[in-house]
Amino acid sequence: MSKRTLAVVGAGMVAHRLVEALVERGATTEWDIEVFGEESRPPYDRVALTSFFTLRDPDELLLGDRGLWRTTGVRLHRSSPVDAIDPAAGTLTTHGRRVRYDAAVLATGSSATVPPVRGADAEGCFVYRTVDDVAELRAWVNERSGRAGGRPARGVVVGGGLLGLEAAGALTQLGAETTVVELSDRLMPLQVDAGGGEALRRLVEELEVRVLTGTASTEVVTGRNGRVKALRTDGPTLDTDVVVFATGVRPRDELARAAGLEVHERGGVLADEACRTSAEGVYVIGEAAHVAGRTWGLVGPGYAMAEVVADRLLGGDARFEGADPSTKLKLLGVDVASFGDAFGRTDGSLEVVYSDPVAGLYKKLVMSDDASELLGGVLIGDASAYTSLRPMVGRPLGVDPTAWLLPDGVEPPGSGDLPDDAVVCSCNNVAAGQIRSAVCDAGCTDLAGVKACSRAGTSCGSCVPLVKRLMDAELEAAGVTIDRGLCEHFSVTRAELYEIVRITGLTRFSEIIGRHGTGHGCDICRPVVASILASLGRGHVLDDENAALQDTNDHVMANLQKDGTYSVVPRIPGGEITPDGLIAIGEVARAFGLYTKITGGQRIDLFGARIEQLPQIWERLVDAGFESGHAYGKALRTVKSCVGSTWCRYGVQDSVGLAIALELRYRGLRSPHKIKLGVSGCARECAEARSKDIGVIASEKGWNLYVGGNGGFTPRHAQLFAEDLTTEELVRTIDRILQYYVRTADRLQRTAPWLEEVGIEHVREVVLEDSLGIGAELDAMMARHVEGYEDEWAATLRDPAKLAVFASYVNAPGTADPDLAYLEERGQRRPAGPVLVAGPSIPVGKP
Amino acid sequence: MSTTWQPVCPLDALVPDRGAAALVTGPGGEPAQVALFRLSSGDLHAVGHRDPFSGANVIARGLVGSAGEVPVVISPLHKQAFDLRSGAALDDPEVSLGTWDVRVVDGQVEVRAR
Ligand code: SRM
Ligand SMILES: Cc1cc2nc3c(=O)[nH]c(=O)nc-3n(C[C@H](O)[C@H](O)[C@H](O)COP(=O)(O)OP(=O)(O)OC[C@H]3O[C@@H](n4cnc5c(N)ncnc54)[C@H](O)[C@@H]3O)c2cc1C
Ligand code: SF4
Ligand code: FES
Repeated sequence: MSKRTLAVVGAGMVAHRLVEALVERGATTEWDIEVFGEESRPPYDRVALTSFFTLRDPDELLLGDRGLWRTTGVRLHRSSPVDAIDPAAGTLTTHGRRVRYDAAVLATGSSATVPPVRGADAEGCFVYRTVDDVAELRAWVNERSGRAGGRPARGVVVGGGLLGLEAAGALTQLGAETTVVELSDRLMPLQVDAGGGEALRRLVEELEVRVLTGTASTEVVTGRNGRVKALRTDGPTLDTDVVVFATGVRPRDELARAAGLEVHERGGVLADEACRTSAEGVYVIGEAAHVAGRTWGLVGPGYAMAEVVADRLLGGDARFEGADPSTKLKLLGVDVASFGDAFGRTDGSLEVVYSDPVAGLYKKLVMSDDASELLGGVLIGDASAYTSLRPMVGRPLGVDPTAWLLPDGVEPPGSGDLPDDAVVCSCNNVAAGQIRSAVCDAGCTDLAGVKACSRAGTSCGSCVPLVKRLMDAELEAAGVTIDRGLCEHFSVTRAELYEIVRITGLTRFSEIIGRHGTGHGCDICRPVVASILASLGRGHVLDDENAALQDTNDHVMANLQKDGTYSVVPRIPGGEITPDGLIAIGEVARAFGLYTKITGGQRIDLFGARIEQLPQIWERLVDAGFESGHAYGKALRTVKSCVGSTWCRYGVQDSVGLAIALELRYRGLRSPHKIKLGVSGCARECAEARSKDIGVIASEKGWNLYVGGNGGFTPRHAQLFAEDLTTEELVRTIDRILQYYVRTADRLQRTAPWLEEVGIEHVREVVLEDSLGIGAELDAMMARHVEGYEDEWAATLRDPAKLAVFASYVNAPGTADPDLAYLEERGQRRPAGPVLVAGPSIPVGKP
Repeated sequence: MSTTWQPVCPLDALVPDRGAAALVTGPGGEPAQVALFRLSSGDLHAVGHRDPFSGANVIARGLVGSAGEVPVVISPLHKQAFDLRSGAALDDPEVSLGTWDVRVVDGQVEVRAR
């Protein structure tokens, strides 16, 4: 049987999900899938459009696994607008070419509407829908700022809804003085009520965005050059360099109209519960569709439609019967959530409101007439309860509703009682039951597995904490003791052990394992306890019993090499080193015959030191002003820097100065895994800061902070955490992130997987908003670390008792291991054995 | 003659739960290296200092601990665990560190090749 052809018109978010669902279900054995997209890019994450400004590469916005478009039987035609569709003939036209199809899916999305304002087509007027739109907007604003002779560019956004606030956020990020003009009496009129709108206005105004509500825009005034000069309204006239229209969207139903398909009078291609249009063999999904009585301007319902059509194409009978229009957003850094019957339209409904204008909080729950059942709500300023509340809509809340609203309210009730049909992930329409079955039927045992299997948590990520709670509860119920224990000797996790040690004040391994573990320990728990004691500032690594806990690297404060010798890495903060420093290191290496190499961390490694030589080597290095670089420890490693504004013609801040300050501040900090930082002097990012656990990139206004990057086996780019911080704010933010990481991460868990587990939003709340009330404590712990720091090498040299560790043989302390042997290679020595039988050999020309 | 007891060091020179290496004479009169372990339980063990997996003389620098009831030392290079009583690698009983007899006489630790 020959394969049938499926034509997908539009290559946006929902089209992407359709193709993904089809490929996953093996549809390519039956269908050839041809996707036609007008944009020049493969489908990208439009929801995250505003992050375009902080990405180095717009490709980072692309959705899903790019291998999808290389699947046999799938073809993506970019820059290929479909100009006509002829359902009777089963063809469509693109670039003048006719393409035959057996079934077609319209996934054409929406376009931004421009209100009927005179002059709205002038140069300098923009909409906010595609990557091209934002790229043009950026270029325009940057050019204006350059011309204005030091004066920041000015911008006006017409429309104070979700999109308008996104656009206002974009303009402020570009450094423009921004005004939002909204016709209705409040911001986000579609999502929040009057009280919420008022709280939102205050928060937005605090960010120096001017807000004019109840104001109609009447005309765009242009200068002699035809470019925008001002926006006239029924109130004030606003001088401006740019106008962004964000007044709404309109489904792109023009193809369907022209082909005679039924469309709704207010826009949208009409479809039944199977997403079938009035034309045989043509479906419609996403924002272009008018289905279940309305159009749906959110991605979650669109994804649900895509799943329905995928199922139908494979002979199933899935139906789209509406979706949850709840939203949680971070607009201009302000949390906004609205869910269920947010306006209290249900008969007899009651409202419970908590409002704190000073703190910028507004929270409202809408309850049924007897105050038992949750109907909906609005959360502004702090939306942390959203994840737990949304699935409870239509169900009894269990506790007094006010408990949910107070800042120090109850710990949200467990997820255990959440019914199977409660939707937990609204982006992907995944209910609690599906997560439970991912665990007990599909056998997933970790978050990554549950995400892959159920799709929950794979879009905006706001539901991840709840997904994890459900998964854990299910695993536990299934009798799978989720063994989060450290090793056979401790049944607690590293984070729990940290808390135990912190609270009990214990300092000896024997007591800790005696009271909280079993046996005598091993190579897992001993170093973990050592590291926790060190993080808490409880003594030198070789003090008392601690000495028996350290891996050989930490024990001798150097890195073990394959022949049993060690390498020595002095700290070179920020990679900056004086000529005298370089000479001193060179002299030490020469005196001890050490192999030298520049490391990937911008410092110098000296290899081949025997254990009994280490103190002598340190002595010379310490005399020359060096200290331990902790290359051996699960600790701060390096703070990599670029040359920055002191020399570089592009630098906007002193990246070297900051890198040195950070390295000196955090040096010696012991942690669950190694920690690396990077500081770049401008967005060109020569220090590769975004591949570090903590990355700092200079901006015109201060520092942008990124968290959760690493190289290694699973490379990750760090994610933007906060922007335009002053140096003081930056340092405090990093202090808290690091201390919170040290406190809560698992053993050998770097910051990226830690962030994935706890959620970047959660960490932001803890660090920036002090949601757990531990901010001061974290600050104090870092202060204590900074104060208590001392160089481990120098401290060891001062204490003859500790030097006993460095005897090569207990009965011949200074004797070299007689089995060590070396060869010379490229002018330095290297271990002679074990000999490589078939080592790599690359022929090169003779010098 | 090399199977006689050889004095190595005072017991006090051994730090509990940490190893120490010593240069001694092997059964055939050749130079040999032993790793001595004094556990916090009071037990004393002497095994070969050479890591059979890597060929490097490092075993005395491994961490000690327990695997179930078995007292172990863990190679610092690639983390294989060895039974301190028999010298055998837990995951590969064919591979062994070799063991020495060990005793304390008048506060002095002595070892003897087996
Ligand atoms: C010396 C050095 C290679 C070099 O000659 O350049 C090095 C050497 C080692 N690296 Fe590395 N890494 C070195 C830079 C890096 C970098 C580059 C960087 O820091 O910019 C990376 C990638 C960045 C990162 O960490 O995300 C790197 C990623 C790793 C990883 C993978 C970590 C991960 O999260 O996946 C390991 C394995 C591990 O730690 O578990 C590792 C582990 C090691 C170990 C500790 C392996 C071992 O157990 O023997 C090596 C011992 C160091 C020694 O003997 O001194 N090394 N290693 C570099 C020392 C930098 C320094 O000045 O301290
Ligand atoms: C700034 C911004 C923020 C947003 N934030 C959120 C949010 O927080 N939460 C949320 O749920 N939703 C949000 N949305 C809405 C969300 O992006 C959309 O609901 C979603 O993208 C709809 O997917 P779609 O595939 O239907 O349409 P789109 O993603 O718009 O894709 C349609 C594609 O079809 C192409 N096309 C149209 N006509 C043709 C043709 N004739 N031939 C070929 N190609 C054609 C278009 O160029 C476009 O690429 C946001 C939107 C924007 C712009
Ligand atoms: S990141 Fe910027 S400031 Fe630093 S070296 Fe590169 S171009 Fe210069
Ligand atoms: S709610 Fe957005 S990913 Fe689950």
